[in-house]
Amino acid sequence: MDSPPRRPVPLPWLKPAVFVGALVPLGGLAVQASRDALGADPVATALNRLGLLALIFLLASLAATPAKMLLGWTWPIRLRRMLGLMAFFYASLHLTTYVAVDQRFDWPVLWADVTQRKFMVVGFAAFLLLLPLAVTSTDASVRRLGYRRWKALHRLVYLAAVLAVVHFLWRVKLDIREPLIYAVVLGVLFLVRVVEAVRTRRAKARGAQPSVA
Amino acid sequence: MSNPPPSSEITPEPLFRRRREFLKNSALFTLTAAGTGGGLLALTGGAPEPKAVPAPEPPPLKVLGRYSTDETPTKYEAITHYNNFYEFGTEKTDPAANSGTLKPRPWSVAVEGLVKKPFSVDIDQLLKWFPLEERIYRMRCVEAWSMVIPWSGFPLAELVKRCEPLGSAKYVAFQTLLDVAQMPEERTHLLDWPYLEGLRMDEAMHPLALIAVGLYGKSLPNQNGAPIRLVVPWKYGFKGIKSIVKIRFLDAQPQTTWALAGPSEYGFYANVNPAVDHPRWSQATERRIGEFSRRKTLPFNGYADEVASLYVGLDPKKLF
Repeated sequence: MDSPPRRPVPLPWLKPAVFVGALVPLGGLAVQASRDALGADPVATALNRLGLLALIFLLASLAATPAKMLLGWTWPIRLRRMLGLMAFFYASLHLTTYVAVDQRFDWPVLWADVTQRKFMVVGFAAFLLLLPLAVTSTDASVRRLGYRRWKALHRLVYLAAVLAVVHFLWRVKLDIREPLIYAVVLGVLFLVRVVEAVRTRRAKARGAQPSVA
Repeated sequence: MSNPPPSSEITPEPLFRRRREFLKNSALFTLTAAGTGGGLLALTGGAPEPKAVPAPEPPPLKVLGRYSTDETPTKYEAITHYNNFYEFGTEKTDPAANSGTLKPRPWSVAVEGLVKKPFSVDIDQLLKWFPLEERIYRMRCVEAWSMVIPWSGFPLAELVKRCEPLGSAKYVAFQTLLDVAQMPEERTHLLDWPYLEGLRMDEAMHPLALIAVGLYGKSLPNQNGAPIRLVVPWKYGFKGIKSIVKIRFLDAQPQTTWALAGPSEYGFYANVNPAVDHPRWSQATERRIGEFSRRKTLPFNGYADEVASLYVGLDPKKLF
């Protein structure tokens, strides 16, 4: 009764560990909320924290490709889908907290937010852009759409990340140091991609030309 | 030399390996989960907070003066741990954590400009000039939250009279301490330090305008603007300049810190007005700290009957 040799899953602990770790801040929020330990304005604290978590996961998902380009690491790629879905999960909680807890479904105010206030418009737009990406995050969707189209669709994440950072920048009253850090991180992640694309193109161009020795 | 264990107790090698593999993976799982969770908590400020300072019992309420609200005062803990005082940091909890460097004694206040005779007065001397009274005021921040605060102080009008301004004085300007040793964030260029505020003379003479030196019947904590600050309850909170060292009387409208920092977002008047939104958020509602749902913001923060007459003929759109 020999079992067929099992191909070992590389780093089997990685994905479940990051999954559990990703939910720790939510647990922390719940514990602190139940103990009334979220400060004088708990709704604002929860709102800010959930939004920041969404942005962190969005940037983390965008870091997988640069990690491979710069460091040759491939394991972040295997986390990418989960990180993206975590970003969507926290963005949904952020939006729900605003609509249901902060504004108590005050539709006229919410309508004015998304039609008049630019910082709300960009935040909401970022969420809307993440929606189709979350829906088409399954392997079946990649097959159904075809890899090319699927990939083109998922490039929307770049725009969503830019809008999310702008949302953060416009939110703060004066001290933009913290959102600037996230803007810089996003800029670096973009820069790595651009540099790599340029290098690849040059390498190809060189390869196409017969070398003159 | 002990005997080798019986073969029945020897773990078969594949099982031994699997067990080691399992232990290794468990350890890596735990480390990674803890690292991810801990990192996220550190980035988002979600680590457990130290236990809060116990609040003192509020003093038994005296007979409320004509200008006090009968609304329930916000908890002392919240009033003293949810502050905007950028001289100590921009997070709401920074002033409580960082204002230990401020020395409210000795302290003097200089009176300059269009007055009969400029002078400087020690804070303890100044405190003997006027009887203190308790005023329970609503405080509406421009960030759309509010509190109810039991201040101790005296009417600004009394202090203005004592300064003997000249007839040509049309405005009064206030200045916060400028001292990076006491106010460490004045090293940054976030705002143009020192913090400046001002009022039109008739606003300063209005009986609601208060100079506060205490709250909840105790001396002002540093984070609330010790030892002496301004409270103008019908205006957004940023008009209430803290830790005042200078008062000047002028014939022209003085420059004020937030109007300098963001002229399109903050004006000189800064009267609470639910009809004029901040360019980035609504001013129609506010969250009273300690309450869960929002309440409607009232014109002039509910003091319209007392102060609206000051602004007859002025475009309310310009009073942001």
